[in-house]
Order: sequence, then C-alpha cells, then structure tokens
Amino acid sequence: MSSGSESGPTRDVVPANKFMLVAAGVLLLVPVVALMWVGSYAKIEPRLWNIPFFFWYQFLWVFLCSAMTYSAHRLVLAARGLDGQGKRKATHRGDA
Amino acid sequence: MSALLHEPVTVMATDTSVNGTALAVLIILFLVVTVLGFSAARFMRGDNLDSLDEWGLGGRRFGTWVTWFLLGGDLYTAYTFVAVPAAMFATGSVAGFFAVPYTIVLYPIIFVFMARLWSVSHRHGYVTSADFVRGRYGSRELSLAIAVTGFLATMPYIALQLVGIQAVLEVSGVGGGDNWFAADLPLLIAFVVLAAYTYTSGLRAPAVIAFVKDALIYLVIIVAIIYLPTKFGGWDHIFGAAQDKMATTNEATGKPQGSFVPGDGQMWAYATLGLGSALALFMYPHSITASLSSSSRNTIRRNASILPAYSFVLGLLALLGWVAIAAGTQPIGLDGEANPQLVIPQLFEDAFPAWFAGVAFAAIAIGALVPAAIMSIAAANTFTRNIYKEWINPRATPKQEAKVSKLMSLVVKAFALVFVFTLDKQNAINFQLLGGIWILQTFPAVVFSLYTRWFHKWALLVGWAVGMVYGTVQAYQVINPATGKHFGGSLDMIPMIGEMGYIALTAFVLNILVTAALTLALRAAKVDNGTDETTAYDYQADADDPRVAKDLQEGTTALGAEGV
Repeated sequence: MSSGSESGPTRDVVPANKFMLVAAGVLLLVPVVALMWVGSYAKIEPRLWNIPFFFWYQFLWVFLCSAMTYSAHRLVLAARGLDGQGKRKATHRGDA
Repeated sequence: MSALLHEPVTVMATDTSVNGTALAVLIILFLVVTVLGFSAARFMRGDNLDSLDEWGLGGRRFGTWVTWFLLGGDLYTAYTFVAVPAAMFATGSVAGFFAVPYTIVLYPIIFVFMARLWSVSHRHGYVTSADFVRGRYGSRELSLAIAVTGFLATMPYIALQLVGIQAVLEVSGVGGGDNWFAADLPLLIAFVVLAAYTYTSGLRAPAVIAFVKDALIYLVIIVAIIYLPTKFGGWDHIFGAAQDKMATTNEATGKPQGSFVPGDGQMWAYATLGLGSALALFMYPHSITASLSSSSRNTIRRNASILPAYSFVLGLLALLGWVAIAAGTQPIGLDGEANPQLVIPQLFEDAFPAWFAGVAFAAIAIGALVPAAIMSIAAANTFTRNIYKEWINPRATPKQEAKVSKLMSLVVKAFALVFVFTLDKQNAINFQLLGGIWILQTFPAVVFSLYTRWFHKWALLVGWAVGMVYGTVQAYQVINPATGKHFGGSLDMIPMIGEMGYIALTAFVLNILVTAALTLALRAAKVDNGTDETTAYDYQADADDPRVAKDLQEGTTALGAEGV
C-alpha cells in the first residue's frame, strides 16, 4: 500500500478500542441477517391486532434496527474516545 | 416468478372525466412550488451559481436537518408512492413489500462505509465516487467506468419519477387523447418546468421545495393511513381481501395472481431484492451528493439511526396497495386499459373529497419532481467532473463547468423520457430495479477501496464490465408475458442455487469473483496498481480537521461553514 506523500500533514489514526468496534459491527450485522433470513418470518400466524406475522415482524425491525444503529454509533464514538458530537474528549487535538 | 409481476387487471368501471376541483388544487400547488423553485437561487446563497460547487452542492452548507430532508427526498419518491403500492396491488408482497427490508438494512450498510467516504472526500475535495476512485488508484479508466454507470443508472430512476407524475395527471383526467403528443403533453409541461428551475437554481431548488414536499406528504400520509383502513373495513378485512386476490388463478399464466407472504421458491427473490436494492441505493450519484453535502461526518451516522422512520411509513404506504384491493379500486387509464400504476391516485380520488384528492395529487407529483431534480443534478455533476473535465476539456473554467452541468441535467432528463416512452410502464418498480442492476456494479470499486487497496484497478474494471454485461443481458432476456416486451422484470434464476433472485445481486457476486481472481493474477504478475493519494488518516477526518474545514468552506464567503 503506497502512502500519500503529497496529501499534506499526515496525522495518526485515532487508536480505537477493538472490542467496542467489533460489538458495533455485530449490532449492525444482526438486522441484515435477520431480515435476509426470509424463511424465519414468511408466515401468517401469530397475528398481532389482526396483522399477519410477516408484516408486523418487519415493522418491528424498523425500531430494532434504529436502536441498534444508534447504539453502534455511540459505541464507535466511545471506542475512539469521542463525545456525542464527535469531538475528542481529551484536550490534545493533534498538530493542527 | 417474473410472470407474477405483471398481470392485467379486470376492467369493470371507468371514470375518465376531468376532476375539476382536484386538478385546480394540483395546478395551484404546482405553481407555488414552481415559484419557490425559481426563487430558491437566493436560499443561503454564496458567491454565484456560476461555480459547480454552488450550483451542484448548494455550497456544501447543509446541516443535519437539510441533509435529512434531502436524504428523505431520495426515499420518498414516486417509488414509494406509486410504484411500490402498485406492485403490492398487482402481484403482492414479493413484488412490493421487499421495499421494507430494503430500506431497513440500508442504514446499517451506509453506517459502515458512508462516514469513511465523507471523510476522505472532504480531505481531498472529492464530489463524486468517481473522484474518489481516481484519487485512490490514479486510474482515469476506472473513474470513467464509475461515472458512466452513475449517469446511465440514474436515467431509469428519473423515468420512474416521470411515470409517477404521469399517473397523477392521468387520474385527474388530463393527458389523454388520440395522438401521442396530446397524450403526453402535460407530462412534457411538468418536465419543462422541472428542467427550467433545476437549470436556474441548482441543488437549492429541491432543497427548498423539499420542505413543502415533506409537509404535504406527511399531511397526506397521516390522513391516508388513519382514515382509509377504517373506511374500508379495518386491517382484518384488508388483509383478507388481499389474501383472496393473491390466491386467485391468473388466466394468462395459470399460476396464482401473486403472493400474500413469500412462499416456497420466493424467499431468495424477496431477500435478494431487498439486499441488492439496499447495497445499490447509496452508489447512485444523488445519494452520494446528499451525503457529502452534510456538514460533518457525524451527521451521516446520526441520520442513519433516525432515517428508519421513513421505512415505517414506506411500509404503510405499501399496504395502501392492499387497501385499494379491499376498496375495489379500478385503476383504468384514459386509454381504457387497466394500469396498476394508477391505483394510489385512483384510490385517493375515490375515497377523498375532490379538494383533498388535489392536495394528495400535488404531494405525489411534487414528491416525484424533487428527487428527479436532485438525481439529474447529481448525474450532471458526475458527467462534468469525471467525463467532461477529465476527458474532453481539462482546462475548463469553473463557469464552463457549471454550464456543462446545467446542460447535462437537461440531457439526463431527456434520456429518462426516452425510458418512459420505450419501456413497459405497467411495472414501474422495475425501472428502479434496472437502475440498481447497473449501479450495484460500481460497489466493489468504491466501497471495497475505502478499506483496502488489495484489489487491482484493472481487475476492478474487468469485474465491473462483466457485471454490467451479465446484468444487462439477463435483464433484457426477461420478457413480460403480458406485453411481450424485453426488460420485463428483474428476477432470474440464480446459477447454482437454482432459485429466482434479483439479477443485480447475481451480477454483483460474479463481479466480485472475477475481480478477486484477476487481482490474484495481476498481483502475481506484479502489474502496477496506480498511485494512491490518500492516507489512513483521511478516512477518519472530521469537520475539525483544517483541510476538511477548508473544503467545507469552499464556495462560501461571509456565511461560514456551519450548517443550518
């Protein structure tokens, strides 16, 4: 891999907590796997408020996926030591 | 399976008269939006619209809210309002409801790579995915392939929007007639208005109109999903009516009319349509434009956790196709033929007072105009930067660039009209799926390259070409049994698995296999893999990075780089 010699001051990549990044990855992967496994929900019963399982189950995943994506977002920030606004928590800010 | 996707609808009653009140409301709202569109040039304005950054990226000054609306504009389109419910109405859940898992898994997917693309783009001033590939490999050829694909794939997607506008006009009773010119005249007028204000105001036009559009759309959606199911016997009755209709035998094919829930042999189709569409969406130039015009790396990821709200509403809109079944809606065109694309406008016209039907029509029409404008601007940006400036006129001035972009935004829309007039409009959702087949072939070169330079640039180019040819040939060979036209659907047998699946994903897998195999060969032969101008840090930089800040400020003078 060639590194960019003309791309200005090269700064270090923020060191990240690997475990937290992996956990975030799992949170992001779960909705994809769950929804691609169509056989697990392509059925009519049990109904919820007269709505067949197939439909309410997918609607439920809208909220689950949203929650998981948000958790992954916070995990990735935390793994890199950033606050909710994406700013460094520590005082050092590199060689800007 | 493709046979399931296009079924004639039994003709029982015809109401082709002009709906005066609805049409008047539609025209008034359309005029309001047109005025807004033309005056948008002044919205958060920078120096002038003569630079591509100003015209095509709104000066990159859009914060969380505007970005949210712009991204929403990508999702709430004629696809959501017309094509998906029409597919549900005609052939059921495999043809239409896959849009729900599609728009759910979309966000984890963009969460993963879009922040990296945002960072590297703002460190290096990239505006398109082709720019990035050019910087990553120093490869003009690969960059050209990405740009051409983006330009091409946008056309059927814009065509889908035009079909949506046409559906509304047809139900309100205008656009019929004996010759093709009179029949298509209202569509052409809408097209000219769209083209004109896009030309003069650039990305600011859709950004301003998006507020009006979303207000109208939410109003209509809330009324529709609360009022209509109750009016037509409740969800129990609606699902019952849909189940009955899907189980009846279609005379043309001897198979069931459609699917209530995916049955045996349809699981792969449902899953691959969802996954393929999700992987494809953020490869389109307009999605990348919308994401890059956000003011920080964080905006994108925060949005990725808010945006699923759109998916929930999309699911309810899809089910309106089944509400129409329970309501006995007869979507008959002005030519007297059944056309499922008309089902939602027709349902609104039947169920609502005329003035509210007019509001709903306006919501659908404007909801198609906004994305059509965004898409054509993004495709034009790609053309200018990666084809015109790279291959035709490297010394182009910013003024020339903006001029070429404006002209190309007209050209891409004109080609979209060609798609409308030549392809099978009975199954408009297929327009979007066709675009997906093409655009997904750029995914390896763009997304894989955000993480690694292991893949070889020539291997990526050949893999892309193989995927494009395979996908196009397979899609061409799908013939609509009802009309005998080519490009009649987007499902085909998946080799080795032996089940029907979305052609885009099959072509994508083939693309990756070819790319990986060739990469091994080229690396073994030590063929040069170009020069990389990016560094590992580029992929994590945020708005506080001086170079990113400078890039965000480009084109802005006094107003500063903060979003709204």
